[in-house]
Amino acid sequence: MDKPVNNRAWLLVAPVFLIVAFSAILPIMTVVNYSVQDTFGNNQFFWNGLGWFQELLDPSTELGGRFLDALWRNLLFSAIILAIEVPLGILVALSMPREGWKVAATLVIMALPLLIPWNVVGTIWQVFARGDIGLAGWAINALGIDYNYTGDPLAAWITIVVMDVWHWTSLVALLCYAGLKSIPDAYYQAARIDGASRWAIFTTIQLPKMKRVLLIAVLLRFMDSFMIYTEPFVLTGGGPGNATTFLSIDLVKIALGQFDLGKAAAMSLVYNLIVLALCWVFYTVMTHAGTERRQEENPA
Amino acid sequence: MSASSHASSRGGTLVMVLYLAFLILPIYWLVNMSLKTNFEINSGVTLWPNEITFEHYIKIFTDSSWYSGYINSLTYVALNTVISITLALPAAYAFSRYSFVGEKHLFFWLLSNRMAPPAVFALPFFNLYSAIGLFDTPWAVALAHCLFNVPLAVWILEGFMSGVPREIDETAAIDGYSFPRFFVKIFMPLIASGIGVAAFFCFMFSWVELLLARTLTATNAKPIAVTMTRTVSAAGMDWGLLAAAGVLTIIPGALVIWFVRNYIAKGFALGRV
Repeated sequence: MDKPVNNRAWLLVAPVFLIVAFSAILPIMTVVNYSVQDTFGNNQFFWNGLGWFQELLDPSTELGGRFLDALWRNLLFSAIILAIEVPLGILVALSMPREGWKVAATLVIMALPLLIPWNVVGTIWQVFARGDIGLAGWAINALGIDYNYTGDPLAAWITIVVMDVWHWTSLVALLCYAGLKSIPDAYYQAARIDGASRWAIFTTIQLPKMKRVLLIAVLLRFMDSFMIYTEPFVLTGGGPGNATTFLSIDLVKIALGQFDLGKAAAMSLVYNLIVLALCWVFYTVMTHAGTERRQEENPA
Repeated sequence: MSASSHASSRGGTLVMVLYLAFLILPIYWLVNMSLKTNFEINSGVTLWPNEITFEHYIKIFTDSSWYSGYINSLTYVALNTVISITLALPAAYAFSRYSFVGEKHLFFWLLSNRMAPPAVFALPFFNLYSAIGLFDTPWAVALAHCLFNVPLAVWILEGFMSGVPREIDETAAIDGYSFPRFFVKIFMPLIASGIGVAAFFCFMFSWVELLLARTLTATNAKPIAVTMTRTVSAAGMDWGLLAAAGVLTIIPGALVIWFVRNYIAKGFALGRV
């Protein structure tokens, strides 16, 4: 279905354009400005050209190595949580009750972690996982396993991953559940008549219907995990050492902690460009999937 | 219902019980701690408060530096939701109904802002809002959160609007409705659930965000989430008070979910299923 061409539609879009431009372009200009300068305090700035960028992209320098480490850590984190949350979310969506009071109760409990402020999520897991006052930490230690997320990098990683799974799996599950709800009963009846196995129903009916929502879920989860800040900051503060210093945590440390504006700005721009590039890939895949679906539904 | 529900009933129930228990346990622990005295918290793990105390809650409700945090948070969340939805409605209509120059690029650019890391914007926002005199007001946070909420609202509303057949617009035009009147009287009621869903998501992302809210406020507009981080570190570790404040930040979200519980499933598909 082709939409009529009408350039006056810009009038309707203008307010949104202006407010987002105000919030996005102006600050980015500040960042660009900082990124080519150096400062020794006192509000005195010196031209530094592309120096910060050269340093940032060269892993042999202190800044470059640090950036690469944080980037790598963050990609690993995103990969791990996607590998857990997507299959688990699908499993939960398939297991959810379909009718009765249980539906509402399940939905409310599942949505609850999504509406808890992110630092409170960190606090909840802090008081839950600490060895001295937390139920989980206490129980694990009582089992004879030495667990201390503030001292042991592996324990810190596991705690943050479990926290993220706790926090966000429901989003994936709710999206998939919405996709499943849109499948007409007739499909299942037909499958039953054909004697399709549970697995065949999943791969030929349920998974294709969930494809679009799954794309949205993967996009949102990937992007949000790639900019995670508050939860690990409250829980571990990026530690022990730098073990859980993800990109945003490192950036805030440089910008607001050390007040190294030039370095932080250069890092912001490169970080933002990576996000933009990844976003573009997802967007292309998504619009492509959208066109495909439209063609399937009304073949020209 | 048919085959779907039932194939995996027993295994499914087990999965759900385990999953829901996993979701509830940490929250139960927080509530448990908020009802204990600090002495009891520090003297070992107990599954239930030996002696229930409400002292932490009383402290929060009687100390203005605590309860004003809740008011500040709710103020900027409400402002942000209203601004985001009001601006996003016409834009989403334009995207769903017309082709125009730069349409695709504009949509992508908007969406990319939803994905931009707030950490990148923290410092420039601080400069920007200090420069225009909005620093430490709820307006600064409300406007800053527009960065990701406006694109999200446009995206969600566009999905719902595309589900409304275009013939309705044409019929209304033939019947002599002016565009604004058509939009408010006929079109908005048709996508009411979409507006609800978009408002829910705006509320959600503004309510849970902390980095920008913390950077853009000092004392007057300090959100509750920030009050928690600061007061606690200053007074040593007052675990009971921290837990009680945490429990209170969960309540507004829980109330909102309760009201929209029947729309959650459709809502999470963002109108795109």
